[in-house]
Amino acid sequence: MTRRRLLLLAPLGATAIAGAAFFAMLQRMSAGTFDPRGVPSMILGKRVPAFSLPTENGATLTDGDLVTGRPVLVNFFASWCEPCVEEAPVLMGMKGRGVPIVGIAYKDKPGATRGFLGQHGDPYARVAMDEPGRVAIDWGLYGVPESYLIDGNGIVRWRYVGPMTTEVASTQVAGLLRKYA
Amino acid sequence: MTRLAAALVVCLLLVGPAHAISDPAEMLPDRQQEARAEQIGSQLRCLVCQNESIEDSGADLARDLRKIVRQRVAAGDSNRAIVAWMVARYGNFVRLKPPFDATTALLWGSPVLALLVAGGVVIAGRGRRNASPPRPLDGGEEARLRTLLEQ
Repeated sequence: MTRRRLLLLAPLGATAIAGAAFFAMLQRMSAGTFDPRGVPSMILGKRVPAFSLPTENGATLTDGDLVTGRPVLVNFFASWCEPCVEEAPVLMGMKGRGVPIVGIAYKDKPGATRGFLGQHGDPYARVAMDEPGRVAIDWGLYGVPESYLIDGNGIVRWRYVGPMTTEVASTQVAGLLRKYA
Repeated sequence: MTRLAAALVVCLLLVGPAHAISDPAEMLPDRQQEARAEQIGSQLRCLVCQNESIEDSGADLARDLRKIVRQRVAAGDSNRAIVAWMVARYGNFVRLKPPFDATTALLWGSPVLALLVAGGVVIAGRGRRNASPPRPLDGGEEARLRTLLEQ
């Protein structure tokens, strides 16, 4: 009798557990803390990958230049990337609030990058050109735009996939800038 | 009819090979090395399309990763070292066949788990049947069964 009852209750229990797990997953998806198609970042908590890239004005940007004693936002973008147009005003707003942003143009022709910045605004303190897209692979990038927060010691603290939104900028980024200031 | 046949011929001409590498310039000149590169690449996930391997994908990033696999094969890296290089950048997510570890234990263990649960249900069901074998019919029931069968 008790065994029979147990056997009857087992599927119900399993369904309840699965339901609770799905609910938790949906909550995290709507809060933006879980993306089922997202590729996990392997550089979080590690030093920014070593690189050396030409900048738009003929200088060189290296990983060492990102270690400034204060947090910096690194934004991978491209002139051919539509979500990058979408996030441009948000980045301009962040620049206005004094957030240091370094841009890395991914698989883009220098002329096209210049045109993009002229048209949509230039929120970047410096712009490096990763035309072959090889440095981006070391960062684990799988699309543009992607943004990374580097703390004052050069440790990657946060990665955001997709266009920056005013909400993410005013909550997550603002919080991280305070935390690592 | 001729138009239909012509359309069919055009369609057949448009059907290409399933592999995305149609550009011979991408391939390694050494046939054995190319085969090894293809074998490694077919185990690596295209991060953009996600359900294709980098060998099958037409995405830009997949092409870049194919190129890196071939450069490293040509440089003499082992299969394990090349996969580890990819995992260091994109995590185990990049492997179409994930390794057995704490996070994938349930995934790999699920067939065994399903067998155990099914076996448990079968054994529990059999145990119940054996526990109460039907009692033989008494005289009155035998007579009633006979009249029911004759009706």
